[in-house]
Amino acid sequence: MIWNETKECMSRDEMNHLQSTRLVKQVNYVYHNVEYYRKKMQAAGLEPGDITGIEDITKLPFTTKDDLRNTYPCGLFAVPRSEVVRIHASSGTTGKATVVGYTRRDIEVWSECVSRVLAMAGVGKNDTVQVSYGYGLFTGGLGAHYGVENVGATVVPLSTGNTKKQLTMMKDLGVTSIMCTPSYLMYLTESIEEQGILDELQLKSAVCGAEPWTEEMRNQIESRLHIKAHDIYGLSEIMGPGVAGDCVYHKGLHINEDHFLPEIISAETLTPIGDGEIGELVFTTLTKEALPLIRYRTKDLTSINHGKCECGRTTARLSRFVGRSDDMLIIRGVNVFPSQVEAALLEMGEVSPNYLMIVDRVNNLDTLEVLVEVDEKFFSDEIKELENLTKKITHVLQQALLIQPKVKLVEPKTLERSEGKAKRVIDKRKL
Amino acid sequence: MILKQLSVFVENKEGRMKDITQVLKDSGINIKTLSLADTTEYGMLRLIVSDPDLAKAKLREAGFPVSITDVLAVKADDRIGFLHDMLCKLEGNISSIEYMYTLPTEEGPVVILKVANPSEVEQVLENI
Repeated sequence: MIWNETKECMSRDEMNHLQSTRLVKQVNYVYHNVEYYRKKMQAAGLEPGDITGIEDITKLPFTTKDDLRNTYPCGLFAVPRSEVVRIHASSGTTGKATVVGYTRRDIEVWSECVSRVLAMAGVGKNDTVQVSYGYGLFTGGLGAHYGVENVGATVVPLSTGNTKKQLTMMKDLGVTSIMCTPSYLMYLTESIEEQGILDELQLKSAVCGAEPWTEEMRNQIESRLHIKAHDIYGLSEIMGPGVAGDCVYHKGLHINEDHFLPEIISAETLTPIGDGEIGELVFTTLTKEALPLIRYRTKDLTSINHGKCECGRTTARLSRFVGRSDDMLIIRGVNVFPSQVEAALLEMGEVSPNYLMIVDRVNNLDTLEVLVEVDEKFFSDEIKELENLTKKITHVLQQALLIQPKVKLVEPKTLERSEGKAKRVIDKRKL
Repeated sequence: MILKQLSVFVENKEGRMKDITQVLKDSGINIKTLSLADTTEYGMLRLIVSDPDLAKAKLREAGFPVSITDVLAVKADDRIGFLHDMLCKLEGNISSIEYMYTLPTEEGPVVILKVANPSEVEQVLENI
């Protein structure tokens, strides 16, 4: 099912033309309505007229999280408060919260984008969709909610927490699709299995996002719940969930390119790199009214593919995220991503993918401890078996990470479960 | 005799044993005997209780990884050399004893053995 064939299936030439037209307009709009950007452009010796199409994008300066912080809370807004109909904010785990705003038109575009992703997952007006993202300042809950309403499906706004109620509603209302973080869905999966209620559910699909997850996790979710799991990507600065999503072929996430112009740049040289090469994802909003951003550096690491997809869509696709450049840990000089640990554990199949990485520095040497929950299915009464399991996990992780971790088994469900986002790393190093 | 033994994975955290005994007390389960093996990271608590199935269900509910294992219970004579004599009888008949502890009963002590083949070992001890 394709939600908007006109926009999602246009030829590359048509798309480039549309993007160019919109970019010129957006740059002009930003220059005249956001003082911060005007000064930035003037400092770079740029005038709006210098940008005549998407090929001129590299002339423009980047925007980073720091720019949003420097102008906290609303310094980058391009409209007066009277035009802003909604505010969201990022959690601010890596500093001060980032405030974002939306006009009525921005909310419409956002709902349209989420609808396109829902259609990729086969969700339509006959579906009942449980939204188990947090409602509030976090864009997940309300973003998903408006998208579900826009496709005409029934939305069940459960937000996060209260697993018992989540499952009761899922069962009693015949929920056919759920939107939540992948780690929360894993948690719900465990509870569904514990209660043995899978047969009583009508769940067909899940649209998960807001944190990076792996192909192995998708396989687990799909085989354990007998559903199809789709990926939805977004970030509040650009809009929220719905910037991109994956179709039934799962060969990358289709970007809603008519609204967000993507670039992949080398994180070192900051110059654009080609299709298939991994670099930092950069977005320029093309139609945003309240908070238009030019060349916003997402810190997400991925590659892009402009080829046509088997599903018929022509929109460029992002490959599965390698991680975030600020999630990346450098341990004893080796680059380590939490997603590597998850993938390795799932591939092993003998433990749950619930882990916590604790990085520390003892006597000037980095240490990595990985806490892994004992899975009851593989729990042995004999200590030597548990010791063998610990050794095996250590070996598998060492193969995957290229550094030797210290593995510690912990009781099931002792690690903090994200009902919003999973905490996977504690870095105790004071550098 | 073959007994159902309860094995519980316990993290080395303050109060964790007390959490277990709390569950058992609240469920009206009597502990006949126990053995606690420890490593640096975690412990393995092995219990013989009045109702192992109920205990397993209750401890699971409380979030403990728990399993039931068949162990062999051998009535012991309270005399010098009993254990040695028993082990001599077993020599050649079992692969290895994983662990061992005792259970006091009104009729005297009972030795609890974890072996890979408890029913075969029971036969061996009966036939001699």
